[in-house]
Parts: sequence; structure tokens; C-alpha cells
Amino acid sequence: MTSTATLAVGPDATDRDAVLTIRDLTVVYEVEEPVTAVEGASLTLHRGEILGLAGESGCGKTTLAYAVNRLHRPPARIASGDIVFHDRAGHDVDVLALEDADLREFRWSQLSMVFQGAMNALNPVTSIRAQLRDTLRAHRPRMTRAQVEARSVEVLERVGVDPRRLSSYPHELSGGMRQRVMIAMAMLLEPQIMIMDEPTTALDVVVQREILTEIVRLRDELDFAVVFITHDLPLLLEISDRIAVMLRGEIVELDTSQRLLREPRHPYTRKLLGSFPSLHGERGAFIRSGVDETAGPEPTTEVPA
Amino acid sequence: MTHLSTDNGPTVGSAADEKLAPVASSADRPRAGWRAMLPTMTPWLALGLFLVISIALFGTIGPYLVGDPGQIRDIGLTAPSGEFVLGTTQTGQDVFAQLAHATRGSLQIGLLVGLIATALSCFFGIYGAYRGGLTDEAFSLLSNVMLVIPGLPLVIVISGFVPREARGLWTIAVVLAITSWAGSARVLRAQTLSVRSRDYVAAARVAGERSWRVIVVEILPNLLPVIASQFVFAVIAAILGEAGLAFIGLGASNASTLGTMLFFAQNGFALGMGAWWWFAPPGLLIALFGMGLSLINFSIDEIINPKLKNVRAHRKRARKAIRLEREVRRADRRTAGRSEAGAQEVASR
Amino acid sequence: MTRVHVTDLVKDYTIREGLRRSRLRAVDHVSLDLTPGRTVALVGESGSGKSTIAKILTRMESPTSGTVDVRLDDGTPVQGSLYRRQVQMVFQDPYASLNTFHTIEHHVARPLRIHQRTTGAAQTHQRVLEMLERVNLSPAEQIAARRPHELSGGQRQRVAIARALAPGAQVLIADEPVSMLDVSIRLGVLNLLGRLQREDRLAVLYITHDLATARHFSDEIVVLFRGRVVERGPADAVILDPQHDYTKLLAMAAPDPERGPARVAAGAVIDRAAIDNSVCYDHFAGEWQQVGSPARSAATARSAATARRTA
Repeated sequence: MTSTATLAVGPDATDRDAVLTIRDLTVVYEVEEPVTAVEGASLTLHRGEILGLAGESGCGKTTLAYAVNRLHRPPARIASGDIVFHDRAGHDVDVLALEDADLREFRWSQLSMVFQGAMNALNPVTSIRAQLRDTLRAHRPRMTRAQVEARSVEVLERVGVDPRRLSSYPHELSGGMRQRVMIAMAMLLEPQIMIMDEPTTALDVVVQREILTEIVRLRDELDFAVVFITHDLPLLLEISDRIAVMLRGEIVELDTSQRLLREPRHPYTRKLLGSFPSLHGERGAFIRSGVDETAGPEPTTEVPA
Repeated sequence: MTHLSTDNGPTVGSAADEKLAPVASSADRPRAGWRAMLPTMTPWLALGLFLVISIALFGTIGPYLVGDPGQIRDIGLTAPSGEFVLGTTQTGQDVFAQLAHATRGSLQIGLLVGLIATALSCFFGIYGAYRGGLTDEAFSLLSNVMLVIPGLPLVIVISGFVPREARGLWTIAVVLAITSWAGSARVLRAQTLSVRSRDYVAAARVAGERSWRVIVVEILPNLLPVIASQFVFAVIAAILGEAGLAFIGLGASNASTLGTMLFFAQNGFALGMGAWWWFAPPGLLIALFGMGLSLINFSIDEIINPKLKNVRAHRKRARKAIRLEREVRRADRRTAGRSEAGAQEVASR
Repeated sequence: MTRVHVTDLVKDYTIREGLRRSRLRAVDHVSLDLTPGRTVALVGESGSGKSTIAKILTRMESPTSGTVDVRLDDGTPVQGSLYRRQVQMVFQDPYASLNTFHTIEHHVARPLRIHQRTTGAAQTHQRVLEMLERVNLSPAEQIAARRPHELSGGQRQRVAIARALAPGAQVLIADEPVSMLDVSIRLGVLNLLGRLQREDRLAVLYITHDLATARHFSDEIVVLFRGRVVERGPADAVILDPQHDYTKLLAMAAPDPERGPARVAAGAVIDRAAIDNSVCYDHFAGEWQQVGSPARSAATARSAATARRTA
């Protein structure tokens, strides 16, 4: 169970209303000995907020993202919890109760996702134009060809890709460009939430910086909420409003970036912060001020009293 | 699919001992080394092994237990009876005895061709791919040419070219092996290329291992399941190929195989005369043996691609997960009133 | 104790597209020195040539031109089978660099036997256990009997380090040794490398794209851009006072929460296409150099700099 003691919401976040509420979500993998991949996860995503989801391999962050999207496949199942989407228009949608057509409508037009290894998620034998068009047609079947083209051009320009690239095939684009196209595709229907699972992990640090700049700029322009999943904590500290730290399926700490950096409360958060050497600080220091030499106990999921 | 890491990493700032991760339950623990090579017992594998082993036993021990297959009697074509379990041929020969000897002959050819063809494909496929460069190009070209040449006509031509007296078991075996190694060689080449580029092969070379040891110790173990699978294919193909050759009269002149039995049955108008006991048993044995070998190959496939294992168990678990999830959602909807109020509360916050 | 002098290393690859052939220069006149007890970090993005340099140094590929001069303390050149004993590598991917078919014991024992560091099975086994203990894998007896897929990523990488040091290597090429490990384990492995380096006076080449750990763990940084060295110098100098445009770009692009959120917008100030990689700034010599000019070893440049300072 997530201890509410570490769930803090900073001042900047409370004056925006919530766009997604996840309450007590538990996802279990029904294998020979069932594994609880996500346990009692609760968090509230606010409109226009960038929420970072930090954790290492196996912590459940990708499972959580998939569950929110209802993309999890058996043997994974949602064992308990609510996911409620609060539409801009004012009504609430119980994501777990959606079926078929409603679910399809919800996906991509309200909430879209950029997957890990997104660069390889593009179809290698169709042009970019065709792939964008397919996505648009699937959700807005009544768009004319001209409208589809116009929207495709607009969305590519938004992410900083030359619209002439519409005729290109994925292999003709660089890694960074492909990632931008994936983000563009996720933006096609102007969703209110975008979930990005390690979108820049496979990219060089310079390209990564460009993509991050784009994401923040787009968020500023279009006011959608972003859930940014990665293991790179310094990156999250730079761009996120709030950060949730996951360990073994549980959210062990959830706080604003500044407070997480200055006063981390959970031992695991401290351990994570202490794993990143400081780039510009003192030589030998870690990104938390000073060297952390505490040979503390094994990281548990209990919050210190 | 995320798997929970049980690694307790060292604390920051010190190179603390990295304790051994607790071993997963024995049910999930993957089999190690050689034992990982062995297939898991499934009904299919059991059936396949049963067929192959019983027919093999029949072929090896049978000939010692049955009578003389060549003894001619003047009872002519007779149906199965107490004395002759599978009746007699046109010349009064014991079909059952013939069957035992023929099975042995087929097994011999199958094994021989399997070994020769596998050896050839291993050499041209694995060695060529490991060396790379001109050797790889040359061997690859040779394999492709051999593949393109139609097999059966080639076999017929070569077989027909060799005079009947010299057309013994070994000759036929060599002819069949020459025409069947190319497909396997391509498969092995592809596998070797993939394994060769892996880091552990590079690490072995950097550590100073000599080429032949790298091939035998690092690359070959990873290829064993594929080689085994190709061997089984070769045996099946050999038995069928030999049967085909024998049926058109180009088989081994001195040996008795299931194929030659069919040939004689055909010549003796067994089908026309309704003498099912003469042509059905050899045909059936060929089919059953081939089926048994194929079933074994499916199990080997599971080793090569572990995702094929326990497909039924996976499906059962998937169904269970779907069922449980649906129950939870139904329970949630039943308390719809409560959750509606909750959602409104959230929205008003 | 062994030194490595790389001088004017060039590696060309021919790319065949149909009937056309073009030449790709992956490494362009790279020079660097590895000295006992010092770590040199080779920093660059993918495609900069750093992995090619690793392959050349470990003799997996041969250079198109230039020399790799490895010498023992007394000046004897290291050649032939002695090379493999002296120069070893830790690979990037802990999941691919160990053969799941063999036990950990096999992986560490083979280099020992190949280079005749031990005689007989008992002595080999003993030595294997010692090496595993040295890289903090315990209980060594149990680990030696396991197979790679039963160990975690961090443990596997430690095995890889043990394997590399088994022949008695004095030069260690670490090709992105922690980039595929979980974040919280990386420092442990890097600290281990640091300790082993101090204990054995190893000359280490640490190849990475991560500036922060490069600064933290190395004495000297060499920045590579499109196959050429564009900056070299003491770690702190290169990171805190970058001179070349590319190094500046790298330093700005790296995530650094201490700099504050304003950094997010600072991305596009330097135009990547306009970066000139025909010049290199050498902090030791305190001057700009042309790429392809007569190579000066870092040691002589350093001593020249010291001479200038004390003059």
C-alpha cells in the first residue's frame, strides 16, 4: 500500500485541475507463481503537468503505463483499482469500464502513448504520410484527404520536422527524426494526456536535449499533460513538475522536483539520487549536495517514521 | 513483460559485496547447460519417441527373430494367417520377414545419409560462415547452386548413370547425401552468422582462444539444437528419397529396403490383386517413422525457440487472467453508485 | 605495468552500394596515451568512432594506418600472444558477453589456461575463486557453478571484469561498461574498476557517452567527434572549461538538475552542422592544433605544459 505520507502535491500543481486520477491500481501477472507488477499505485495527474515516473528495470513503470492505456495483455490483469479520466468538457470517464468502440475512441484522442523503442514502431514499408493518414482515418473517418494532409503537415511542423519528409520512409530518417515523428503521431488528435515511455533512451545526448526541448515547448503551447517514464533521474529533475519514484511495483515517493532534489525522504530515492555523479559540481560529489556515504539498510518500501 | 529484479545493488560510494540473488523457484529455474538441450517431455514427444524407438527396434532386432525373407514357396499370394502374420508375396515369400529386413535396410540408409549430409552441411555452413570473406562467398555460392538444381531428377540421373552392379547401398547413400546437404547448410550458415557476431564470441577471441576452439566451444553448443533438427530432417528425406528411387527401380541393387519392397509389390500387381498385406505395411512403416521423427523435431523446435514451450499452459493462464479481470470489473460496476459518487468527489476537488 | 601509445590511428571502411564503393573514415588521425594508474575517458556519441578504436586496440580489427605501440615498463614491445595477455576488454552488454551455455567458472578459467597462468585443475579452480572474490562476487563457490542467465546484470559485468583481468592484463579497455546496467548499480561497478586500477596500476580506457561518469572516474578526457579528437585534457578542465564547440554542446546537452530549469531552453544555441572538427584543443599543451598535424603524445604535451608553468 502506498503510504500517503510521501504523497505531497506542490503549490504549482494544486491550482490546475486533475485530468487523470489513478487510485489504488494493482496489476498482477498470472504466471505459475503470480507476480504483482504494480501494487496499490495512486497518483493524480494535473492538466498541463509533466509528471516524471522514475525507476529501474522491473519496478513496474511500463506495466503501469500499459495498464492506464488498457494495453496490458494476458497473463497481466488489473486486480483492483480505479482509473478515472476527467475530460476538459467536465465529465468523468471510468477508463476500466470502457469497451470496444468507446475504448478505441478514448485511446489516442484523449490519451496517447509514445512507446519504448518507438523508433522501431514505425512501419518500415509505408511512408510517413501513409502512417499519419492511417491514424487519422481510424479515428476521424470523415476527414477529407485535404484535411488529413493539412493536419499531417501541421503536426510535423509542430515537432520540428520538415513537412517534405512526409514522403520519406522510416529508414531514410535519423533516429531523432523518427522519434519526433512518433511524438507527432501521438499528438495527431490533440490528446489531453501523453504517456512517453523512455522516449529518448536510445538517442544521443544532443538529440535527446532537442527532443526534450520540443516536448516542453509543445506542452506549453498545447497544454496537455505528460507522463514521462525513464530511469534517468537528472533528466526528470530538469523537466518535470512532479516526480513519482517506483520501486518493486509501488510508488515510494511522489513530490515536486525541487523538493525531491533537496529533501528526498525515501531511502531508495536517496540511493537513486546518489547514483548520478554531479556534472558541474565538486568532483566526487553526487547530484544531491555532498557525497552520500551512508551504508544504509537494504531499500525497503516502508517510509521512515 | 517486466520481471522483478531481485538484485540488491551495493550502496553508493562503496564497492560493497554483491550478494547472490536468491534463486527463483525450481519450477521457473531454467535448465542449465547440457540439460537445457534436452526437450521437455510432452505427449507429442512421447508418441514420437515411441514410434521411432519401436520401429528402430523392429529393424535392428527383428531380422534375427523372423524367418528367411528370401525363401520361395509355392503357396503363392496368401493373406495373413496364423503361420504368416502378414501373408506371403507372389512367390510365397514371408512378408513379415521381408518387412523386418526392409526396415533395417531403410534405417541404415536413413542413418547413413543423415550423417553424411549433416557433416557436409556443417562444414560448408558453419566453417564458411565463421571464416567469412572469400571462403564464405564460395561456400555460399556452392550451397545455392546445389539448392537450385532439382533434387529428384539429379538423383535419378546420377543413379541411372551408375551401372546396376555398382549401385550398392553406399552409392545410393552418397548420391542422396550430395543432393540434400545444401538446405541445411544455408540454415546453419544463417545461425552461425548470428552467433558469430555476439559479444561472447568476440570476448573469447580477445581472451586469446584459437579459432577452432572458438567454433567448437563457443559457437557449436548454441547450434546443436539446429543441427539435431537438420539431422532429423535429413533422415526423413533420405528414407523417403530412397523409397522413391527404389520404387522407380533405381534403388540399391543389393539391399532390401522398404522402398524396394514397394517396388516388388508394384511389380507383382499387389494393388490390383488386393494384396494389401504386401504394400500397406511398408508404406505404413515409412509414414509412421517419418511422423515419429517429425514429432521429435517439434520438441527440438521448442528448444530452439523456448516460446513454443507450454503454449497450452500460457493460454490457460491468459484465460484465467481475463476471467479474473472481468470478475473484478463486474464487482466494480455492481457498486456503481458508490464509485460514481467517488468520481464526482474527485472531480470537485 | 604497461603503456600504450596510439599514434595517428586511421580506420577506413569501404561501403559497397551496388557497384559503387565509397570510403567511410571511422577513425581519423586519433592519438592518445594510456599510462599505468591513469584512466582516460573516450567520450563521444554513437558513430564517433570510439567503438572502432576499442576494436583496434583489442586487435579485433586492424588499422588502415597509424600505430598502436604497447610497451612494458622496461621498454620491451608487447607483441604476439603477449598482447592478448596484456590488453583486455570489458564489453558493453553484460547479457551478450557471456555464453549462457557455460558456467561462470568456465568463463574465468579459460583465459587462465590459455595464458598458462595456472597449472592443473585444482590450481585453476582456486584462482577462479580468488578472482571472483576480488570482484566482490560471493559466495564465490556458488557463483562459479552458476550460469550467466542466473546472475543479474551487475553480477555478470563483474564476471566480465574478472575474466578480463584473468590473463594478468595491464591495459583494460572498458567499452561503455555500465550503460546497460540499472542506474543504482552503475557506481558500484565503476568503483570496482577504480579499485582494481589502483591495486594493479592498470592503464584504463573508459569509453562512454556519459560526461558525468567520465568526469567522475577518469583523469583525462578525450572528446571524439566524427572520428576526430576535438578536445583533450584533464577531466575537470574539459568539463568545466570546454573550448571546442562540440564539447560545449555536449556539456550543455547533458542533464544537470543543478543548473536549473532554464537549461531546458538552451538547446539550440550551437548549430551542430557548423561544428568544425578539423581543429582540436589540447588543454595540456594549452593550444589549438590541426587534426592530422604531427602527433604529440599527451605525456610530452603535459611535460611541456609543466615546463612552461614552472619556467
